[in-house]
This record gives sequence, C-alpha cells and structure tokens, in this order.
Amino acid sequence: MNAYVGTSTSRVDGRAKVTGAAKYAGEFAADRLLHGFVVEASIARGRIVRLDTSEALKVKGVVDVLTHEHRPPLADKDEAWKDEVAPEKGSPLRPLYDNRIKFNGQPIALVVAEDWETAKFAATRVRVEYEQEAFATDLESERGKAKKVDQPHKPRGDAAAALARAAVRHEADYVIPTEHHNPMELFATTAVWNGSGGLTVYDKTQGVQNVQKFLCSVFAKKPDDIRVISPYVGGAFGSGLRPQHQVVLATLAALALKRSVRVVLTRQQMYGLGYRPMTIERVALGARPDGTLDAITHEAIAVTSRYEDFSRNDTGWAEQLYKSPNSKFAHKLVDLDVSTPCDMRAPGAATGVCALECAMDELAVALQLDPVELRLRCYSDRDQSEGLPYTSKQLRECYARGAEAFGWSRRNPASRSMRDGKELVGWGMATGVWEALQMPVAVRIVLTANGHAEVSCAASDIGTGTYTIVAQVAADALGLPIENISVRLADSTLPQAPVEGGSWMAASSAHAVLGAAEEIRWELACLAKAMPGSPLADLDAANVTLTDGMIVNNDRRGAAVSIADVMRHSKLERIEKEKLNQFAEDKSHARNTHSAVFAEVKIDEELGIIRVTRIVNAVAAGRILNTKTGRSQIMGGVVWGIGMALHEETVMDHRFGRIMNANIAEYHIPVNADVHDIDVIFVDEPDDRINRMGIKGLGEIGIVGVPAAIANAVYHATGKRIRRFPITLDKLLE
Amino acid sequence: MNNFRYSRASDLADAIRLLAADPGAKLIAGGTNLIDLMKENVERPSRLIDISRLPLRDVEETADGGLRIGALVPNSDLAYHPLIEQRYPLLASAILAGASAQLRNMASVGGNLMQRTRCPYFYDTTTPCNKRSPGSGCSALDGLNRNHAILGTSNSCIATNPSDMSVALAALGALVHIARPSGQRTIALTDFHRLPEDKPHLDTNLGSGEIIIAIELPPHGFARNYSYLKIRDRLSYAFALVSVAAALDLEGNAIGEARLALGGVAHKPWRSLEAEAALRGQAATPDHFGRAADLLLQGATARSHNGFKIDLARRAVVRALMQAASATPQSQAHKKIA
Repeated sequence: MNAYVGTSTSRVDGRAKVTGAAKYAGEFAADRLLHGFVVEASIARGRIVRLDTSEALKVKGVVDVLTHEHRPPLADKDEAWKDEVAPEKGSPLRPLYDNRIKFNGQPIALVVAEDWETAKFAATRVRVEYEQEAFATDLESERGKAKKVDQPHKPRGDAAAALARAAVRHEADYVIPTEHHNPMELFATTAVWNGSGGLTVYDKTQGVQNVQKFLCSVFAKKPDDIRVISPYVGGAFGSGLRPQHQVVLATLAALALKRSVRVVLTRQQMYGLGYRPMTIERVALGARPDGTLDAITHEAIAVTSRYEDFSRNDTGWAEQLYKSPNSKFAHKLVDLDVSTPCDMRAPGAATGVCALECAMDELAVALQLDPVELRLRCYSDRDQSEGLPYTSKQLRECYARGAEAFGWSRRNPASRSMRDGKELVGWGMATGVWEALQMPVAVRIVLTANGHAEVSCAASDIGTGTYTIVAQVAADALGLPIENISVRLADSTLPQAPVEGGSWMAASSAHAVLGAAEEIRWELACLAKAMPGSPLADLDAANVTLTDGMIVNNDRRGAAVSIADVMRHSKLERIEKEKLNQFAEDKSHARNTHSAVFAEVKIDEELGIIRVTRIVNAVAAGRILNTKTGRSQIMGGVVWGIGMALHEETVMDHRFGRIMNANIAEYHIPVNADVHDIDVIFVDEPDDRINRMGIKGLGEIGIVGVPAAIANAVYHATGKRIRRFPITLDKLLE
Repeated sequence: MNNFRYSRASDLADAIRLLAADPGAKLIAGGTNLIDLMKENVERPSRLIDISRLPLRDVEETADGGLRIGALVPNSDLAYHPLIEQRYPLLASAILAGASAQLRNMASVGGNLMQRTRCPYFYDTTTPCNKRSPGSGCSALDGLNRNHAILGTSNSCIATNPSDMSVALAALGALVHIARPSGQRTIALTDFHRLPEDKPHLDTNLGSGEIIIAIELPPHGFARNYSYLKIRDRLSYAFALVSVAAALDLEGNAIGEARLALGGVAHKPWRSLEAEAALRGQAATPDHFGRAADLLLQGATARSHNGFKIDLARRAVVRALMQAASATPQSQAHKKIA
C-alpha cells in the first residue's frame, strides 16, 4: 500500500522548523556554558614565531586562550585525523597542532570566555608574529605544475588520432572559479561536558557517526565517552561531510576546561572551510559529418591544498552520455597554499558536465545541428567505461518531455535571431547526469501497542527531507497514518548510517526502513497465526500486508486481525526490530540519474544584463518518493545553477593569498529578482533492478547541466561564447 | 567588535556636546553600516551617541516650494512619502534601487550620506588601506579593482561611494543642513562628499562635532522626465557597478534644464555642469546624449580590472537619458531594463 510514498507529502518537520522549535547545533543550552571564538592566521604560508595571549587573557570574562603551545593532547598520526570521507592521500588539517601555517584563515587559537562578545573582543587582543614563506594561490599561474592523479576512466581507442582526422573538431578551455557553499546555518558546535569526562557534542554535520569516531580518534576517547547529535542542519551541501575545525576546537576546549563550550564560526570564517575547487576544464570533441562522435578527450586541472589531494570525477561523464569509440580523460591537481577543497553539490559533475555540455553546444553549432538532435545522435545506451547497460535510463524521454514543455521546436537555430522588444532572446539546453549510489544503513523501529511507531537511525537530514521520506516509507510499510510515526535521526547512538551525501540517503534509508518494517510485520504475522481461532491460522507469515492497523492476508483480504488485538493477546507493549540493510553487490549494470535542462535568457545587449526568464528541468531519477520535497530539491539545484552560471565566484587576492569577498553581500548568489519560472518535470522511470523500491536519489542532479544550459542560451542570444564563469556583464561587453 | 560607551542624546544640543567631548565618538541612527564596520573592527568608536530619538523625522515644505527632510527619516518612509513620489520620483526610485526592504526600513537619510565605501580592502583589517589606516597604502590600485572608481581617483585611493540616494540628491541639487557647536551651516550635496586626493580617510567635509540635521530639495523635482538606472552584477541587492540619475525638462523634443549624475564610479556622486550645459537647448537624441556622456566621463581612467566601467557608464547614461526623455523611467520593481 502506498498511501504516502510517491505523493506530495508536506515535511513532517516543517512546523518545528518554521516555529523555531527545531534546535540547531549552536542553540543547545548547557549549564555554565562557555563561548569560544576562533583566531585565524592572516598569512598564507609560514610559521608562527610568537603567539602572545597575555593581553587577551587580561580581558574580564576570558577563561582561557588555547593555542598550539597551550592545549590538551591531540593525536599525532595522520591516520587518527582521517575521517570516513577524508581524501586518501594527505595529512588532514590539525587545528592548534603546531606552528605551521598552511593557508590564510587557518585557525591558530581559540579564545574562550563567559560570553561570545567577550571572546570575540579578546580575540582581537591576541598578538601573532609570523615568519612568512613564499606561497602560491593562483591556479592559472601555477597551471604548469599540475600533477596527474589516478585517472577516473581508462582511455579507449586512440583519441589523439581520431581527433586529428575528425571532420569537425571543437576544443576549448572552460574555467569555473572557486565557489563556496554558504549554507544559511553557520557552522557551530556545542560540546556539553557531562561531569565525568564524557561529552555530548551538538554539531552541524552531515554525519554524526563520522564526527563521533573522528573525535574519539583525535582525542583518544572511548566510544562511550562522546555522543554526537545533530537533529537539524540548516543546509550543508557537502560542507558538513567532514568534521570541521569548530567541532575539534569546541571539544578541545571542553576537555581542557572541563566545562561546556560552544563555538560558532562567523560567515567570514566559513570561507576557511572547504569549497568547490576552481577548475580549468579542457574538452576536445571530434565528430563525423553525420553528427556522431569519433573522439572525446576531457582534462581537468583543479585546485587542491598542499596537505591533501582532493579530487572528484570531473572528466568521465562523457562515457555515460555520448557514444564515441575513442576517448581519453585526465584529472590533474595543482597544490596551492589554500585549505583543502571539499564536496559541493554534484562535485565533479556540476563543473565537468558544465564544460562538456558547453562543448557539445559548440560542436552542434559547428555541425549546424540542433543541440538536442546532436545529443540524440550521440546517445549512449551503455556506460562505455565499463561497457555496461543501465539499470534504467529515460534520458531520451527527458529530452522529449523537456523540449515539449519548453517549446523547443519553435527555436530559430541561428544565434541573435530571437528578440523580445529591446532584449535578445536565447534558448539553450544541456544534459545532466549523476550517480545513483546506495549505502548500508540500519534502522530501528519500535511499534507500540497504541499503534505508534518510532523509527530511528543515525542518518542526518540536511534539509533534504529525510525525516519526511523515512516517515512516509514507515507509514506505508506499517500501514499506519503518518501522524503515528515519529522519526529520530542524527544521534551517534542510533543505528548506523554513513554521512548524508552523494544523493544516496533516500534509497539507502528507505530500504533500511522497509527491512525493519518487514521484520515487524513478520513477527506480527507469526503472533497473529498463533492466536487461538485466528482467521490467519493457515497463513504464510511472509504473505501479509499491514494496512489501517490490520494484519491482512494478501490472498484473502477478508482474513485480517488488528495489530492492537495481536499485541494485547501476546501481552506485548512493544515490538522492536533493528535491521541493517545491505544492497546486494551488482556490477552488471550502471546506475545513474539523468536530466535535460532547457533555459531561456533575455539579454539587454547594450548593457550586458542577463535575465534567466525560464528553466525547464526534466529529470529521470527512478521512483520519486515525495513529489513536493523532490520538486523543491530540483528547484534548489536550478537556482544554484543560475548562480553558478551568472554570479558565484570566490575572489582571492593572490598577493595576500586571501579571499576578499568572504561574505554574502559580495559573494553573489541569486536573489529573488534573478529567479523566474522554474518548471520541474519528473519523467517516469520504473527501475526494478537498481533496488526493490526503484529509488535513485535527487540531491545532486538538479544543478547538473543548468549552468551549461544558461551559457548556451547566452550564446544563442548574443553569438558570444563565454567560457569563463560566472558570465558577468563585463564579459558580454568585451 | 571593541567595547564602547553608549549615550543617548536627549536633544540636538546634547548630541553636539557629547560629540565634541569625545573625539572617538560616533553617531548612530539606523546603524546599518556602522554596526557592520564595528563587527569587522574597521570602526572602533570609543562611544556611540544614539541620536535615533531626536526629533528629526519630519518632511516639510519649505517657503520656496521645496522640501526639507529630517536627517532621521527612514529611507523607506522617504521613498514612499507622497510628496517624494509625486514631486521627486527620481529620489524615490534611487532609494528603492538600494539595499533591501529591511535595510531601508532601518537606514536614515543622514546615515545614508555617511555610509562608507564597500572596497574589500577597507573591510579587511589585515590588508593595507589608506582610507582605514592612513599611510598604509592602497591595495586596490593593483589589486581587485573591478568595481572601483574611474573618475576623480588619486594614487592614494580608488574607492567608490556606494550610495544610490546620494546620486539622485546630487542630480536634484539638494542641500545639506548641518548643526555644529557654533550654530548651523548649509552646503550643497555635491560639496558634501570629497574626492580622495591625499586624504582618503575623509569621506566627507563634515567637520568634527558636526551633525547632519536635514536635506533640502529645491522646488524643481523633474517629476515628468527622469530615470534612475542602476547596473549591477545581479538584478537586485548588489552595489552599483554604474548608476545614473537623469532628469530633463522637455519642451517637445527640446531639452531645457538637464541633470545628470553617476554613482559607482567615484568617491562621490559624479556630476558635470559642462555635460548638463551641453544638453541644454539640444534635441533629445541619442547623439546628444552620447555627447553629454562623453563630457561627463571626461578624464575617466581605468585600473587593471575596471576598464569596462567607462564604456558601460557611457551606455548607461545614454539609456537613462532615453528613458527620461520618453517618460519611461526604469522600474525598480521589475528588473527588465526599460
């Protein structure tokens, strides 16, 4: 029975969020709570020669100033600092570990005071002397020092030869700047001292168990000593996947002072966390005259820090999308004196597919082919890197439905051909692709005799709607109204879950809920069978459905017993089941979500002003658990894509190695005026191979393709190809 | 943020007395810029003198048919004041082009005139900045200067004034009434803000111990043919790359009086009497507008990243004058450029 799954169910946590009842990491109270304020390095590379905290300590209300010279022990080995999603290669940042400065903005001290304002003021009284060293922060000037990392995909055929003989060739660099997540909620931790050496740590994170293991490892604590809780997260988008330095500092201070400590980063300080690394993407396409591809090469050169190698798959996406007998991919990194990048919504794909889809548009122009037609001619029914078919791939349907909703057939293919009054009109499109991943997750369900069920799991809800889909799946599986389901998430003591990211949590948590609910159902069925005179006496216990509070024989719907009767008769107040769901390993098929994005821009050419007036995003992502939260998820991705196309850029002054727009006044994201019509279409995509419920996940796919569709629309409107993002008006006026 | 003392001024004389008594003191009304700067440790006043309750909130007609606007009138109240909407729509439009509704509700007219540059180096206390720390150098000269000044710059500073309201006030010929220990004085708005020269730490010609008490608008409001056109990096809630306040008197297609001021291009609202004189008596045509734009932009110089602003400013001037001439002023609600 699907009373909830697949419907437009409102968020079960919506009321708590809009009324302020939902508490975030920086809002938990504690007795005698202290407040920490982070002091940051103001040089890009070197070492601290002298760190004088005496003036800060004199400020009334200051309790202590922790530094690398004055702190409790921290783990020494790199392995101890590697959380579950840390890059394989490198030595993670260890706040206050030693006197080395690795990037401008690195935390170097924590001022702890009775109130936040005092801590912040005293932080200005900490005197630091540095020995500066030569540094580099500019990817473009250091491009020649790029080092190759493991190739995401093996080369096929001979791409160089194929390119050389291609009838039509396109090759260009696309440059995507560094971008920051800027979640609305500031990064914060409240570490509550429980009196006997243990801590309850309220943290802004995408993975409480990851943080819990990390803290135990860094501070040499036993698992029972530290509990991490993160009931609500005000956006994270990847920035909360790894434990961030505020949680280390709050924990360090609480252990040092044996008191509860809260550390909240400022918006500016959050620019010292991870980010989407600037990337130079070089794409070359070689086509035959009929518009099929003979060669694809894609090389990405991305920023990483000097202390960790962070890389994602920017370049391999063409293997999934476009048939070509010859292909070659390379991912390179340039070590710079900056903090380590991290995942940011559709990491690798948002950038790599942007470059690929701009290049495909340029190829379509060169071939004088409609951009959708080109993509259909190159359409790949297999993931070419592994030679695998897809569990499902309704991308053709995305093109068709998206084009129809957009009115693509009315497009005049010539650039500068469409106008609306003074404005040039441009129509562009692009393809989107992301992975459909799934991970082991465990869920516990406690069904009580009053017909209420509590579902609990350590997974986070980072605003994506996990509370809601967990409640939906549980309500359907247990045959209860959704009001009778309560969901507990994001407590490290709850059943296991990985970090929430990669678009894997919907499929992973839903199947875990289903698994636990089925155990409950089985037990109820067995109990029902055993009742004297039971109408279900001859029942196969696996062949029942729970619906409307009843245990119903699937073959004889009239044969049913109420759950309440069974529990009363069995003298059970509660039935508790915990189940770890593991997906069977199946390497026979590729698993991806897809989309087709269509964009309309209107441009005042004289002044260079671009308005994105319409976006249609047609998405094929398996079964959509909740059309309402799903639509919101895609719309959010589209808005972000508008920002990526037109606004977002972290600007650094390379003379100082310092970010100069570390605030959301000067780091531009779209505001309401920049966002017009967004039409989200979910293309029907039944998939009984990927997993039982046919779920693929929606977290990332919404942004992928959007920046390219807009850039391609800008070209169609103006005849100008802007390959350096964001497309600001000065670039159009050049 | 540093610790500071707080005093609430009981009346204007009290405010002037408090200000004279403490050279490190700052006035606070809406605080929309000052508080930000204090949080960044850019402003470190020893004392805040709260003038928000002083009786400077009236909008009154003057004897000659102009308007006198109290320094504490909130920006949004002024933009939606019937007399402003009817007689000085250019001013209303410029105010609504700036900030957000929430900020405009808090910000005062006097405070708007006193807002400081948005140069990122001014805000970042770890970098040299002559405006923040005289003599330390200007990081913007050879740094990130995409949104910096192209007119009236010096080798000490290329910061811009971020106000939209001031640009319209400059075009309208507004006066600034100032109270001081020895009485009152009045100066033209165009003389209120300074060019950086070798003293970029001084934004205005307001002396120590002086308080803005009112803005005066002359009778002529150019209510028929005007436009405020603001060009920025997103469609709302961003500081101007270039903005234009344009106002015309038209007799048929012949220009009588003309007013033209630029924002986002200099340390102060940029007005050129020569450019305006060149329009007088001419037909309202793109050619004549272009010529006026050239005169207005005479002497414009670019640094490494802001060269586009010279051409953009010229185009924006022509467009704003066209909008004014055709009585289709730029809407601040609908972001499509008219």
